[in-house]
Amino acid sequence: MTILDAVLFLPLIGFLLLLMIPKSNPNLSRIAALVISLLIFVISLGLAGSFSGALPEGFAFVHDSEWVSSPPIRYHVGIDGLSLWLVILTTLLTPISVLASWKHIDHRVKEFFAFLILLEFGLIGVFVSLDLFLFYVFWEIGLVPMYFLIGIWGHERRIYAAVKFFLYTFAGSVLMLAAIIYLYDRAGTFDYAQIQSMLQSGRLALSSQAEMLLFLAFFIAFAIKVPLFPLHTWLPDAHVEAPTAGSIMLASVMLKMGTYGLVRFCLPLFPNAAHKSAHWIIGLAVIGILYGALVALVQPNMKKLVAYSSVSHLGFVVLGVFSFTQQGLDGAVYQMLNHGISTGALFLLVGYLYERRHSLEISAYGGVATPAPNLAIVFLIATLASIGLPMLNNFVGEYLVLQGASYTSFSATVFAAVGVILSACYMLWLYQRTFYGKASESLSHHMPDLSGREWAAILPLLLLMVWMGSYTQTFMPAISAQNARILDLSKERVAQTPPSQRAVREVANAR
Amino acid sequence: MPANLFPTGIEYYRILPEIILTLAGVAVMFMEAVFTNDDQRKIFGPFSIVALLAALVASLSASGEPGAAFSNMLIIDGFASFFRALVIAVGVIAILSSTEYLRREKSAGGEYYALILFSIVGQCVMVTANELIMIFIGLEISSIASYVLAGYLRDDPRNNESALKYFLLGSFATAFLLYGVAWIYGLTGTTNLDHIRSALQTSTPPLALAGAAAALMFVGFAFKISAAPFHIWAPDVYQGAPVPVSGYLSVGPKAAAFAILIRVFMTAFGPIATRWEPIVWSCALASMVVGNFAAIQQSNIKRMLAYSSIAHAGYILVALTANSSTGSAAAMFYLAAYAFTNLGAFAVVTYFSRKGEKYVSIDDFAGLSQRQPAMAAMLTIFLLSLIGVPLTAGFFGKFYIFKAVLDANEVWITVLGLLNSAVAAYYYLRILVVMYFKDPTDAVENLDAPGIGLKIAVYASALGTLILGIFPGWVLDIATRAALK
Repeated sequence: MTILDAVLFLPLIGFLLLLMIPKSNPNLSRIAALVISLLIFVISLGLAGSFSGALPEGFAFVHDSEWVSSPPIRYHVGIDGLSLWLVILTTLLTPISVLASWKHIDHRVKEFFAFLILLEFGLIGVFVSLDLFLFYVFWEIGLVPMYFLIGIWGHERRIYAAVKFFLYTFAGSVLMLAAIIYLYDRAGTFDYAQIQSMLQSGRLALSSQAEMLLFLAFFIAFAIKVPLFPLHTWLPDAHVEAPTAGSIMLASVMLKMGTYGLVRFCLPLFPNAAHKSAHWIIGLAVIGILYGALVALVQPNMKKLVAYSSVSHLGFVVLGVFSFTQQGLDGAVYQMLNHGISTGALFLLVGYLYERRHSLEISAYGGVATPAPNLAIVFLIATLASIGLPMLNNFVGEYLVLQGASYTSFSATVFAAVGVILSACYMLWLYQRTFYGKASESLSHHMPDLSGREWAAILPLLLLMVWMGSYTQTFMPAISAQNARILDLSKERVAQTPPSQRAVREVANAR
Repeated sequence: MPANLFPTGIEYYRILPEIILTLAGVAVMFMEAVFTNDDQRKIFGPFSIVALLAALVASLSASGEPGAAFSNMLIIDGFASFFRALVIAVGVIAILSSTEYLRREKSAGGEYYALILFSIVGQCVMVTANELIMIFIGLEISSIASYVLAGYLRDDPRNNESALKYFLLGSFATAFLLYGVAWIYGLTGTTNLDHIRSALQTSTPPLALAGAAAALMFVGFAFKISAAPFHIWAPDVYQGAPVPVSGYLSVGPKAAAFAILIRVFMTAFGPIATRWEPIVWSCALASMVVGNFAAIQQSNIKRMLAYSSIAHAGYILVALTANSSTGSAAAMFYLAAYAFTNLGAFAVVTYFSRKGEKYVSIDDFAGLSQRQPAMAAMLTIFLLSLIGVPLTAGFFGKFYIFKAVLDANEVWITVLGLLNSAVAAYYYLRILVVMYFKDPTDAVENLDAPGIGLKIAVYASALGTLILGIFPGWVLDIATRAALK
């Protein structure tokens, strides 16, 4: 029993506890959800402890025991620099989502918070699984609560959005399941590290065609989740229709399942196919960056605007991952966290506006800064973070991605940089139309400033924006060390290397 | 062989479950005639359950004494024991979920229970049969009882339609089966499965004719498991029959028919596998596609579940295409998983349909989650299992099947099957949509709480679904040891 086990299973226990709370007492459900999620967050901070100072080799907090004997499916979990911060991001955003839904969710309260905590279980599981099968199980578990969150508590077209979300992800993931079974048949194990080392050492040799098909099976599942252009169409629907908490968890954490999968599985397991496909994937990423930004520019709906900005920002992550450079990968992973923080904050703030005015149309606002100056300031900080102002978090990630990408493909970098400019355009324009100008009479009456609960939800995110933007030392060493390992594993493999030569090369590498 | 003329004690021990169930069935018929007041007649249900549980115990203990019985006509091996336990367990849950229904429809007759018991006897004979004539006899015992059950509410025209269709088409299909049996006997001079196998291995009989005979028998079996293109009866029969009977038909007789299909094709027709594998392959694909795409169109939940059961028959046939012991183990696991899941789903539908089965349209389920959250949650578990979401039985069922066929290097059927399961997700989700995302209608407003028998049936099925989904190892171990080689 490690801290990690506790962090993983407390949400499940919390889910069951929440189910037992009587329906007639919604406040108790709210408080219980908050207490449970805060408790999980506090415990999860203990995970970071072992990554300060000397970094562990490989995985920390490993727990490896049998789940199913035949085929050998193992409960094998552990974290490294890549998953550590994603887990903490999940545990941080869950209590924030609880706070965001405090008043907004007023019917079927108990079920809502139960699903929210169950979602946390699935998400944490995805990031800590070191067994391919276990990974797939958690990957699917996350789908179900999110489906209900969108479908029950969403806006008008919620059913369409929920079903589309479920089917898109499910269709993508069944192909991944086929690939996982195929790998198992060849390797005799689901264990990530074992399969990795078998592929690496050539004990498990895949033909280049098989490697490409496996790569694509994983890649499509992840690309749908990221989402990479042109598989992104479920995202605007899901985001717009989801309740605030759903949007936050979806954008901040769930999309990272896809990018995490790319870094964890696609690169180290199938490096040759990844290198071979890099050029068109980079192409799609750049198209996504520009397309997402351009579509965001013309959105009349705030949530849709933020949703398309996610398509654009996640394009940067994919670009960084497939640059195969240390900077690019560092930037990509950092950008995953940044996007979680800043887009989470934006969805939270859009939720605040919606609670006050019950509209997501930008044209329904204008002059909000006058009645609600604090809300305006907070929104401004989140906006500036999102467009990549130096000293705020996104700048670091975007800069590193662009630098890394420039080594691989300078033209892609140029186009991606245009995306940065466009993001300033659409975000500032949104800000201007919403907060400046003269406030209408009806708006002023319904626009109280931030309440204590709202401050509590947004403040941690603001602090993190500044912290991550100005003192990367807290986060970067663990990420960077792990990325170096992943890059090392992701070098193109030369087929049929005689063992003697390989030994010579390994000795040379060791020097 | 005078020694075999009088069966020994151990042979009776091996078929004790069948004996218990037959006697119990006859006893129920007698009690039906003798008991006149309603209080006395309440005993039928509990009595049948006790008999089934006794048969279950007998069947489990007989599995410790494997071997043949009655001049090699029956064989009690791991495979037979697994399926015998399964069909008996199915009977228990089916009876638990029907008692309340029968009282509601004012038709709580003893013959219902007797018919279920007899039909289970037939299925037990089927799964233990080691030669074609016994298979045929078992199939007929089971089928004739099923035909009557499908038309049990005889004043209801839908029941009549259902029973008549089932009977006519069923007899027609059985004729194909019997014709195939006759051919095989003509070709090999035996009806014993092992002897047929060795005769076909020597390839003295013309293999093309043996292949044709296998095809004829496959038609008969495919009808019983409702595999496309022999599935046309299933939607009409399931829709017309009483709900608990539909649930029972979709798992019990089906599991037994799959058992003999697997046994006959993997043992007797093993030597000509290359001839029948393409047939099974195309039937599997056709069933998945037809079942899933037709289910999308349905508005009646019984009909939808009927098409879904056609699709699931397709998945299990996929396992047979692997023609390996892992494939057979996967099919066994899947049938067990599917039995719990589908019985549970039908039990919830039974509860919800109410008197006269007024509410069987999917839209009637609107808002069920707000009036009966527990029942809605259980139905959710069953539907997620039918979709194949992890931590439910259905997921591991699909996983084992597709693993078995990938072992056999059949990549395309795997990919097609998995894509099909994504299509299937759509129509199962529709029920979740109406249950959870829509506001309650009149249909659910005045819903009484479920009775105790139904509750046990639903919770037991849900428990089975979750246990098989979280700790699949032990059932798979049993299946792997019992699988046909």
